[in-house]
Amino acid sequence: MRVGLVCPYTWNVPGGVQRHIADLAETLIGLGHRVSVIAPADEDAEPPPYVVSAGRAVPVPYNGSVARLAFGFLSAARVRRWINEGRFDVLHVHEPAAPSLGLLACWAADGPIVGTFHASYEKSRVVSVTAPILQSALEKITGRIAVSEAARTTLVEHLGGDAVLIPNGVATERFAMGEPLPGWPGRGGGPRAGGSGGEGEGGALGFLGRMDEPRKGLQVLLRAFEVLGRRRPGLRLLLAGPGDADDVVARVSPELRDRVVVLGMVSEEDKIRAYHSVDVFVAPNTGGESFGIVLAEAMAAGAPIVASDIEAFDRVLLGGRAGVLFPVGDHEALAAAADDLLADAARRKQLSAEARAAVRAYDWSSVARDVVRVYETVSLDSAGVVESGVGA
Amino acid sequence: MSYDWIIDVLFWIAVVFLAAGYVSWRATRLDRLHVRVETARAALDAALVRRAAAALELAASRLLDPATSLVLATAAHEARTADADNREFAESDLSRALRAVVDQPEFASTLAERADGEGKAVLEELSSAAAKVAYARRFYNDAVSQARIARRKLLVRVLPLHGRAPLPGFFEIDDDPPGI
Repeated sequence: MRVGLVCPYTWNVPGGVQRHIADLAETLIGLGHRVSVIAPADEDAEPPPYVVSAGRAVPVPYNGSVARLAFGFLSAARVRRWINEGRFDVLHVHEPAAPSLGLLACWAADGPIVGTFHASYEKSRVVSVTAPILQSALEKITGRIAVSEAARTTLVEHLGGDAVLIPNGVATERFAMGEPLPGWPGRGGGPRAGGSGGEGEGGALGFLGRMDEPRKGLQVLLRAFEVLGRRRPGLRLLLAGPGDADDVVARVSPELRDRVVVLGMVSEEDKIRAYHSVDVFVAPNTGGESFGIVLAEAMAAGAPIVASDIEAFDRVLLGGRAGVLFPVGDHEALAAAADDLLADAARRKQLSAEARAAVRAYDWSSVARDVVRVYETVSLDSAGVVESGVGA
Repeated sequence: MSYDWIIDVLFWIAVVFLAAGYVSWRATRLDRLHVRVETARAALDAALVRRAAAALELAASRLLDPATSLVLATAAHEARTADADNREFAESDLSRALRAVVDQPEFASTLAERADGEGKAVLEELSSAAAKVAYARRFYNDAVSQARIARRKLLVRVLPLHGRAPLPGFFEIDDDPPGI
């Protein structure tokens, strides 16, 4: 099958949607399909051979955070050319409601179009205002996929209609093994009771995500560390993700600062190593998360997890069986839960095993099989994707 | 002398053109929605036929005991031959029959071992066909609901932009796939 995937966000900036598309594309290629991805990319970036660049994306505020999106006549023309030359059996547009390439692709194509909706958010006035503009492009999507129950609810409330649920995939094998980062004992060591505060003796908490994005909840974790860091001398905090490191360190009390390590943006390998470096992985997100790919990756790496009890996490963690849940935004509860886990090696080991087992349902091989079934359903007896008449 | 009337005429011509353009754009959109409903319906019908065929194939494969074969064959035959009024009930019954058969303890693992993997292939086909019914039905109902919303708009009710296309109806069945 010839599949055209449309990515709305800049390819070389790490993000859940980009990772999703890369993994899907690679799994599909592995299954023998011919896949082309169009995505915004910076000029100096070197994307993999299956990616076609649609030019640079521009940072604009959108949906409560700053997103880098591609729009305008130049992007639209490139999308049209790509659709024309690709002669796809199916066009698979990701996050088609974002004002970027996905929307442009819906506008420019006719034929079997599959749309995957990633985001979930509370009903906002802005979206109600934009719905009529979106409607005429989104009406062309013949098969809609939501990656989570929350994303599906968002879609149904804002745009009507319905969607099938196919959860995000995780390349679980890639995360299963990893050396801890230098200077970190990893879970082989673990915290020792009454540690003197030397390296690797007090245990380590981990966080991964945008540090300047309130919905990722780093502020909750930092507040919890103020409590927990004093209670456990030697406990360290490992933070990874895009954002200003100095700014984060400045938010920590001076006496705790030397125990906070900020890696900033990390490579894929270092990310995997980071998951293996910590005793407890914390996902303090305050909402807006539809699935939590970071959470699933940490689970695949076998990290014991403490996560906020937002709906998506509750589902992935099987209601608390594969990880400890705490009330959203409650830093006291987070500190207490992490404290208990750090003190209980047997419980950590059990949670690690449960997490590895639970995450298998989200492996890419099973997700890609379902996605291909959707492709086959919508493209039955169709002549493939063609360029649309202008405007209509 | 004043040429005001020329301006007036030009203005009204422009208004008529814009209005006609808008109505034609709305009609195109509505037509596209109806085409989408028809395409989705064809895909749904194909998926249902394929599922019944897969159930019949399993029933006729001599891999099952005769009682199970009879249950499956009857349900698949009923689903294939039901008239329009009873179609949804018959297809729901086939879904339930499939679940009753496949969700029995050890069913999938026992079948997978039989006849040099032939059982596994039949089961795989059935699992894929059942999943596609669920997908195709969601996509069809999604298209129907959007077409129906568009048909309720004032402009479409005042000017019959939908031509002779009938108001599409939802297809409501129990399509939970068996847990293969």
